[in-house]
Amino acid sequence: MSTIEISGLHKSFGALEVLRGIDLSVEPGEVVCVIGPSGSGKSTLLRCVNLLEEPTSGSIRVAGVEVTDPDCDIDAVRRGIGMVFQQFNLFGHLTVRENVTIAQRRVLRRSRAAAARIATANLSRVGLLEKAGSYPAQLSGGQQQRVAIARALAMDPQLMLFDEPTSALDPELVGEVLAVMRGLAAEGMTMLVVTHEMAFAREVASRVVFMDGGVVVEQGPPADVFGTPREERTRAFLHRVLEPARVSENEIGVQRKE
Amino acid sequence: MSMSPRRRRQIFRVAGYVLFAAVIAGVAAAADWGRLSDAFLRLDIAGSMFPEAITVALWNTIVYTLLAFVFGLTLGLLLALMRLSSILPYRWFATAYIELFRGLPALLVLFMVGYGVPLAFPDREIPGGVYGSVAVGLGLTAAAYMAETIRAGIQAVPKGQLEAARTLGMSHPRAMISIILPQAFRIVIPPLTNEIILLTKDTSLVYVLGVTSTTIELTKFAGDTLNTRVNPTPLVVAGLLYLAITLPLSQLVRGLERRAGGER
Repeated sequence: MSTIEISGLHKSFGALEVLRGIDLSVEPGEVVCVIGPSGSGKSTLLRCVNLLEEPTSGSIRVAGVEVTDPDCDIDAVRRGIGMVFQQFNLFGHLTVRENVTIAQRRVLRRSRAAAARIATANLSRVGLLEKAGSYPAQLSGGQQQRVAIARALAMDPQLMLFDEPTSALDPELVGEVLAVMRGLAAEGMTMLVVTHEMAFAREVASRVVFMDGGVVVEQGPPADVFGTPREERTRAFLHRVLEPARVSENEIGVQRKE
Repeated sequence: MSMSPRRRRQIFRVAGYVLFAAVIAGVAAAADWGRLSDAFLRLDIAGSMFPEAITVALWNTIVYTLLAFVFGLTLGLLLALMRLSSILPYRWFATAYIELFRGLPALLVLFMVGYGVPLAFPDREIPGGVYGSVAVGLGLTAAAYMAETIRAGIQAVPKGQLEAARTLGMSHPRAMISIILPQAFRIVIPPLTNEIILLTKDTSLVYVLGVTSTTIELTKFAGDTLNTRVNPTPLVVAGLLYLAITLPLSQLVRGLERRAGGER
């Protein structure tokens, strides 16, 4: 059974149609990286998987459960899906340790001791055990994002969603977050990652999905999508992302004065 | 004549100080200081008000304030949640309530609770006697203001906080209680403390409910002493005791605001 199975997914915000018929599946243990220009619908697709956005039409099954079914217990489904946000979204009034324990205690009803033990294990996992007593505001962006990953992992998810996890970080902090994600992938976690980090996608992804204009333009192993892209839109996008210093003026329609 | 801009600014500033000092001196010279101190600063009369001024009047003022605040805060929180509810009639009710009670004088509401409720419900009464009536009478108005403050506080918590809580499997009420409200209350502590200051002063309206020597508060106590001694010194005493409550509170607000500003 696929971990995620999306078929015929449409999503509109008012008159704006952001997703225009998406079919995509993610198998257990796969790391799928979704790339594409801003506004292509990547984040919306990810947010539909755990119903942060209500799909307009289509079907989404997570581990066999139809999440768009009105009778679906979405809180139960979400417990099995970890999510990491661009803006970290750590709980500012709680310490790092409390951030990692609160949902274990309140949602999974784990004992105080069990929650603390699992928090310790996951904070060690992301290399931040010594920050357990700090508040999020005292941490760097990279550290906050690693705590956010530990917070999601503490719920023992079968699937992790990453929504541009490094886009809000200073360049020198990107590496530490990617290192944690690479380790997670190596352990066999099923991951759906929306990212602008092409090097990460090329190295870690089992499959790369290129989206543009609300549809999946092409997908395949990273070597194929990056090495021999079939679609012109993919080539144009990769050219601009991978070689930004080589984008020429006539590509972007600059008119020179004579 | 040419003057440098700097020189001109200096002259304007000095002129401002001189004018200010002249106005103050003029008012001070016009006052009859002997009569003023005979009227407002009679130490013997002031002394005769103690210890009741503190043990009874100031104490009751504080108790009335806290009771009204707790009642108002509870109702205000409920109204704020109703205003943000997805259930339309809740939103209607909360909006109507807030508009109504913000538009009515606190004195009028207090009258209605003190005299209207016993007429409307002859078999029941608000528990706690005059204390209960004050809590409800002043709290109903305070709740309308606090509801708007709390609503603003809830909306000031970034949307991502609720999303993060929900993706961890928390239900909406659970996320509200564990994640959103604790952060919202941190944001609204300064304006809520201001609300306590306003309530402290509004307890001066309590006399309309008819208070006894044990339930008397500062303003009524000062007014009674003024009548018996035919001298306004008690008003000064009451004023100083009000300031003893409100000045530390406003200092507290300033401190909290500075701390909140420093965190960002």
